[in-house]
Amino acid sequence: MSETADSRKELDARGLLCPMPVIRTEERIKQLAPGSVLEVRASDPGVLYDIPSWCRVNGHTVLKSREEFEEQVVIVRVKDA
Amino acid sequence: MSEQPKAVALLSGGLDSMLAAKVVAEQGVHVEGINFFTGFCVEGHTHAIRQKDKDKAKRNNALWSAEQVSIKCHIVDISQEYVSVVTNPKHGYGQNLNPCLDCKGFMVAKAREWMEANGFDFIITGEVIGQRPKSQRRDTFPVVAEESGAGDRLLRPLCAKRLEPTLPEREGWVDREQLHDFTGRSRKPQMQLAAQYGFEDYAQPAGGCCFLTDEHFSRKLADLWQARGTREYDLDDIMLLKLGRHIRPADHYKLIIAREEGENRFLQGYRKRFHAVRDLDNPGPLALVEGEPDSDDLDTAASITARYGKGKMADRVRTEITPPGGEPYLAEVAPMSPGRIPEQWHV
Repeated sequence: MSETADSRKELDARGLLCPMPVIRTEERIKQLAPGSVLEVRASDPGVLYDIPSWCRVNGHTVLKSREEFEEQVVIVRVKDA
Repeated sequence: MSEQPKAVALLSGGLDSMLAAKVVAEQGVHVEGINFFTGFCVEGHTHAIRQKDKDKAKRNNALWSAEQVSIKCHIVDISQEYVSVVTNPKHGYGQNLNPCLDCKGFMVAKAREWMEANGFDFIITGEVIGQRPKSQRRDTFPVVAEESGAGDRLLRPLCAKRLEPTLPEREGWVDREQLHDFTGRSRKPQMQLAAQYGFEDYAQPAGGCCFLTDEHFSRKLADLWQARGTREYDLDDIMLLKLGRHIRPADHYKLIIAREEGENRFLQGYRKRFHAVRDLDNPGPLALVEGEPDSDDLDTAASITARYGKGKMADRVRTEITPPGGEPYLAEVAPMSPGRIPEQWHV
């Protein structure tokens, strides 16, 4: 079921190793409306490469990515329909 | 069929599958990539864990390939369903526990399901006749096509000219004349084509990208099955087989000893599932004890663990043993001398 785009959604991918955070991101984004914003929080530094790469090939936009202590945060805007 | 033909390309992250996708995309076909996560992929996990690999590029090669070809890429988790391929391969194993022919058939079958669910027309693989001794032979190609259910919707652009025309060729969705006739184990034709497309820095994994082709990993998996009396595993088992030093003093228990700081941190996440052992007096590794150890076995495990820490020359060390979900307790032991750890204990 599709969710509305009016609030930021979150995905906890901590404890998962790549490519699982990417797989979970794709699964989650399939449920979101175009224009939604998803914040992915992970503990594998690989997400800082993989999620932006996945977004580039699939047309989504990375709004921001950063490291916080030992965690990585990637904020993704779902592509327009 | 849709107006523009659509193909799904299996992307392993290696050169051949990237080239195959490019060859077909160049003909105006809408191509999207698919990469399957089995749990046995070499890249990624171990690099993410090990401290010494911290500076290595952590790129996902399938996604990188898709970017080079300018196509979408979907990574799909098939690790649960893949268990039956590994534990009970119809066509048997290769040199190690690699069920390559069954694996290829399974992946093409999953790609066929995806193709049908998403309204695509055919499937592309980077297979080349004679490239792999077990799974990429002229006589195995029809087996993959038939058992996967893909039939003649399976196109192998790198060697298509050496095979019977498939549906995409007969229907004119692709021009057979622009496909290739590669054969054998030589990589030269692929490297020439890569240069022609301007592909550089592509992955060239020796022996493929799967841990099941690795002799040492296969030995550890076989040991796990032998000790449990069943050919089953879960993703955590596979993760733990990929790292650490594995020592089995007896059939009913095994130690997994971290080899460096990154592995130490990773094994911490499993402390609630196994007995955990560490040296309290000296810097050293965390060890997990898998199986059904009794108190004497745990003393032995503590003694072995202390041997791999900085206190290995000490007469006695204090170790901490924490049962799964229980309270830690102290055990004072003598670090085991290397000579008392028989070679056959090392898995």
